[in-house]
Amino acid sequence: MIERTPILNAVTHTILGVGLLVMCFPLVIAFVAATLPYEAVIDVPMTLVPGGELLENAVKAWERGEFATQGVNSVIMTLGILFGKIACASLTAFAICYFNFRFRMLAFWLIFITLMLPLEVRIVPTYEVAGNALLPLQQLLDVLWLTDLVAWLSGVEIALEWNLLDTYWGLTLPLFASATATFLFRQFFLTIPEELAEAAKMDGAGPLRFFFQILLPLSKTNIAALSVIMFVFGWNQYLWPLLITTDPEMRTLVMGLENLIPSEDELPEWNVAMAGTLMVMLPPIVVVLVLQRWFVRGLLGGEK
Amino acid sequence: MIKRVLFRNRLLPYLLILPEVLIVFVFFYWPSAKALFWSFTLEPPFGGFAQWVGLDNFRELFSSPEYYESAGITLIFAFWTTFISMGLALLLAIFVDRVIRGLVVYRTVLMWPYAVAAPAAAVAFQFIFQPGVGFFAFLNDIWPGIWDPNIVGADAMLMVIIAASWKSITYNFIFFLAGLQAIPRTFVEAAALDGAGPIRRFVTIVFPLLSPTFFFLLVINVTDSFTEGFGIINVMTQGGPGGATNILVYKIYQDGFIGLDLSGSSAQSVVLMALVVLLTFVQFKWIERRIHYAE
Repeated sequence: MIERTPILNAVTHTILGVGLLVMCFPLVIAFVAATLPYEAVIDVPMTLVPGGELLENAVKAWERGEFATQGVNSVIMTLGILFGKIACASLTAFAICYFNFRFRMLAFWLIFITLMLPLEVRIVPTYEVAGNALLPLQQLLDVLWLTDLVAWLSGVEIALEWNLLDTYWGLTLPLFASATATFLFRQFFLTIPEELAEAAKMDGAGPLRFFFQILLPLSKTNIAALSVIMFVFGWNQYLWPLLITTDPEMRTLVMGLENLIPSEDELPEWNVAMAGTLMVMLPPIVVVLVLQRWFVRGLLGGEK
Repeated sequence: MIKRVLFRNRLLPYLLILPEVLIVFVFFYWPSAKALFWSFTLEPPFGGFAQWVGLDNFRELFSSPEYYESAGITLIFAFWTTFISMGLALLLAIFVDRVIRGLVVYRTVLMWPYAVAAPAAAVAFQFIFQPGVGFFAFLNDIWPGIWDPNIVGADAMLMVIIAASWKSITYNFIFFLAGLQAIPRTFVEAAALDGAGPIRRFVTIVFPLLSPTFFFLLVINVTDSFTEGFGIINVMTQGGPGGATNILVYKIYQDGFIGLDLSGSSAQSVVLMALVVLLTFVQFKWIERRIHYAE
């Protein structure tokens, strides 16, 4: 601080205190509600003193929301997206930085522009592709008359189909591409001294060996930062799983939460709903708070 | 852009970019092109041949009062969400930047909402805003019937705006704080020596230097509120009551996915995509020229 300003300091801490209260308010309410018995949670105004029924409510929410199945799905989806994104992005960035090939810039821009096409604005056609991931290939073949040609030559009708609906591939594969991660890896690779690649080449290492034994180990911090962001991103996926899963066995936690909201004609057991909400919120919060340093770095890195 | 020391291999680079380029092609470009194609045709929902209708879908869209209503709702939602969350985030960042003692505590507590899934936050807020139970219900105890987001459109709108703003404060806060901390202390100190008070220093030095961050966040917030309002609205109001929170993204989902009007929904998709692309373009080109850079 530059000058001694006792009044301003007091104002600072007051405003920050209020700010913290506002930001924590939903969580506090959710927590208190989750600890109350049913009779207390429907009281108006609701008490702000926690009760002692957190465990009972949590168990009820766990069973009612089928959290066991959904939890497994959420973990598989989150880790799948995480590994997929990091693998795809690092490979692409490596190719773009360390090779000179035709379409290099085109590939970079193709991936970068996807930032502008969020899933929300192209829901229906993306769903159609998820129903058959080989559809684009099939239709390309159709348009080029290759289907007809092959049918005429060999008598085999080409009908490609790979249904992603209600599968783990469907939950993860479409989210493997990441402009942000590719961009971050590229930025990082550009800061690596040229001498490393030169030395590796002199020692006779091929590009893949250089990538796996030198580049990736050097990227550890980068990967940690990205992992935090991607974990949060993956765990919190909502629209995509909502679209492509109809089978209750394939639902994820964030989707399942909706079933806990009491509807008009049920007992308004908000204490159970809030206990479920807390459980669903918790994993990414823990990851962000524990790995705070990496989280901020990953988030800010995406800006440049 | 590229290293001086390069590897030579004809095939390998193509193989390396193949996974990501394929995914981008199949799940981004193909569906986007499809949306564009569908928006110019009349598409039967259960298969069959599409019929080319030119601009008819767009003409129908722009003459539909519901579409304008939804666009208006989107504007209100986007404006207030952006305004509230950026305003509060900036305020908090300015004060956290002043603090010496307790910085880590403040920063940590302000960080965690980022990690909360929008639908989960929506469930918590829905409980808080219930008319009969929860926190806001006390209003109805004092003035019966004054608060009911299940019936009154304005109440529902207020509820989703608050939930959406709360959700995005953290992201803005982290960027504002990083922006503030990147401003060289010497600038501010020199101004203080010249006798400028804290408010004058903020207006003449800090804010101009913060403007790149500000405009970056402005565009991100507006585009996000076009798209990310989905989770919150689907959980809290499903676009209701009576279409009062039916933002464009939600309308696309409802018309296309539930109403199976592929052509109409695609025309809306195309318009929204164009809008998002335009905003991003404005961010890159136009705004960048008019602001200060620290370098």
